[in-house]
Amino acid sequence: MDTNDVKISTKDVQVYYGDNHAIKDVSVEIEDKTVTAFIGPSGCGKSTFLRCINRMNDTIDVCRVKGDIRIDSEDIYDPKVDPVQLRAKVGMVFQKPNPFPKSIYDNVAYGPRIHGLAKNKADLDDIVENALRRGAIWDEVKDRLQAPGTGLSGGQQQRLCIARAVATEPEVLLMDEPCSALDPIATAQVEELIDELRKNYSVVIVTHSMQQAARVSQKTAFFHLGNLVEYGETSTIFTNPVDPRTESYITGRIG
Amino acid sequence: MTDTSMTPADASKKKSSLLAQDARTRKRNAAETRFRMYGMAAIAVGLLFLVFLFASILRSGLPAFTQTVVNIEFVLTKEQFDKAESKMLKTGEYQKIFISALTEQLEASGLDVDFDNKAIQRLVGKPGGTIRSFFLENPDRIGTPVSFELAASSRVDGYLNGRITRDTLVDSRFLMATDLDLVDALKEVDVIQSAFNWNFITGTDSGVDNPGGAGLGASVIGSFFMMLVVLFLSLPIGVAASIYLEEFAPKNRWTDLIEVNISNLAAVPSIVFGILGLAVFIQFAGLPQSAPLVGGLVLTLMTLPTIIISTRASLAAVPPSIRDAALGVGASKMQSVFHHVLPLAMPGILTGTIIGLAQALGETAPLLLIGMVGYVAREYPETFAGGFTDANSAMPAQIYTWASRADPGFYEKAWGGIIILLLFLITMNAIAVVLRRRFERRW
Repeated sequence: MDTNDVKISTKDVQVYYGDNHAIKDVSVEIEDKTVTAFIGPSGCGKSTFLRCINRMNDTIDVCRVKGDIRIDSEDIYDPKVDPVQLRAKVGMVFQKPNPFPKSIYDNVAYGPRIHGLAKNKADLDDIVENALRRGAIWDEVKDRLQAPGTGLSGGQQQRLCIARAVATEPEVLLMDEPCSALDPIATAQVEELIDELRKNYSVVIVTHSMQQAARVSQKTAFFHLGNLVEYGETSTIFTNPVDPRTESYITGRIG
Repeated sequence: MTDTSMTPADASKKKSSLLAQDARTRKRNAAETRFRMYGMAAIAVGLLFLVFLFASILRSGLPAFTQTVVNIEFVLTKEQFDKAESKMLKTGEYQKIFISALTEQLEASGLDVDFDNKAIQRLVGKPGGTIRSFFLENPDRIGTPVSFELAASSRVDGYLNGRITRDTLVDSRFLMATDLDLVDALKEVDVIQSAFNWNFITGTDSGVDNPGGAGLGASVIGSFFMMLVVLFLSLPIGVAASIYLEEFAPKNRWTDLIEVNISNLAAVPSIVFGILGLAVFIQFAGLPQSAPLVGGLVLTLMTLPTIIISTRASLAAVPPSIRDAALGVGASKMQSVFHHVLPLAMPGILTGTIIGLAQALGETAPLLLIGMVGYVAREYPETFAGGFTDANSAMPAQIYTWASRADPGFYEKAWGGIIILLLFLITMNAIAVVLRRRFERRW
């Protein structure tokens, strides 16, 4: 497998929720134009770690992050960094589809509008169409862009959220269990989309489903009790894990 | 427990039929039925009280909307006018003219009733003053037929409404049994009529001895200006405070303290706010007494906790996923609040505000201390600014004032005032319901 440039590198990251030490010494290098999967049992800290990468944890009062997280060798926890700018660069898709209670068009156009990406209406229309195409939902919604986004089915809503996330031209896309609320058909559509997105973005996906990790990712990180146990090529992790805990998890004995 | 140990227990248990209820199920069902009955009984009792309340309010208050008037038309000649103006007791002279006109009218109808000055005074007060001031203001009407509608005294009103009967009447200087014959006679020839009392809705308050002329209009205006003050102060302050506390403020000991105190403020007796308003706004800040501005400020203090609590509740009810979504696409905290959270919380905020306003509209105790209760609102404010600063009364204060006056005619006015106040409250609550329906969005 060809190696890509490192996009995100973290060193000795610690996360505390109050007195609870949720993430311990996590150091990982995430490559550009690659899908990286975080797997592990519930409560192992994989979502927490994911939310460190776009500083969504800032919104939680009791959460403290220590250590070094760099995107393109820039420290994102530097006091000079505005988290709002960071989040425009690092898009996020959440576990539950969460479209705004607005029209499909406004859902996608919101990000470009607040970041001033479009010069005029035609420009914005292009951005929206492009994003919806990349979200693989254009054909389904092109005739009803003014319909409310909340009226779509769960799978469509999630693809709309992905379209909304890519509309702001991020460089990294974080996905927090994007398929856990979807049925198998919608899941397959989203997985296909993730594979497509890999061409342009560095995608980090948290998932409970080991099959999904095996299907969509090139790299896999296994978390357990706040520790990064093992990180490597997905094929290696699933066929020849080094750590006995990884083996226990993927064979279903813990978790 | 393992399967092997289960088997003997199962075997010893008798096989039960699904068609017959066992004792335990029957007991459970009976308990549920009983509980439903309690619930229905509670609702029935509540409804019964409500019906009773409305019935008694309507029964006692509706007569306030009609008024008994003595309707008489006559011509005042220039000589009569000059003669009366030259007398020492001018109004007495006019009263004589009035009586002779009335006698003429009765004779023309073929009635011969004997009455004197005193009886007329018991029936319509002292009409001379009213007549004189009319002709002084409109001298060009001298010599032309003028029709006067003079409000009958509250006891005549009461007699025609059935509040006073011949059996219950005690002869007094207010009304004698002989007067009732006169009233009957006047009614027969339509000199005494019952008319819709527009003056009650549009008029101003009268003195303590004239319940017939009392109107709620000025105090409705007073309440309106108070509500303006409350709305334009408490809505922005309340919403800004709630947004800051709910969305931006760090959760620490200070914000906890503020939160606890806001909740406590909502439970502070309103009279405390009244005395606070008296001390701070009137005695310290030197604002005018009995002014709707001061009333509005006091009621703003009272309404703020209500608005803050309901606004915070509706902000908290907006699902956090919406905030995450906005932050996730790179919106700032403030953009996420103003673009997404606030529009979703709007129906709740508006409902809370209107409920708060309705509460403020009906509040009496604080107005007691800032001098709005007891103030006789005899005139409308002349200018818009005067609406805020001129002394006035407010609806609940006016009702309270009437209820505490001695004349039973005011008792009826108080009930009538309650009907108008309730109409305002019902309208406001209906607006709240409509707003909630209209702005409600699902996600």
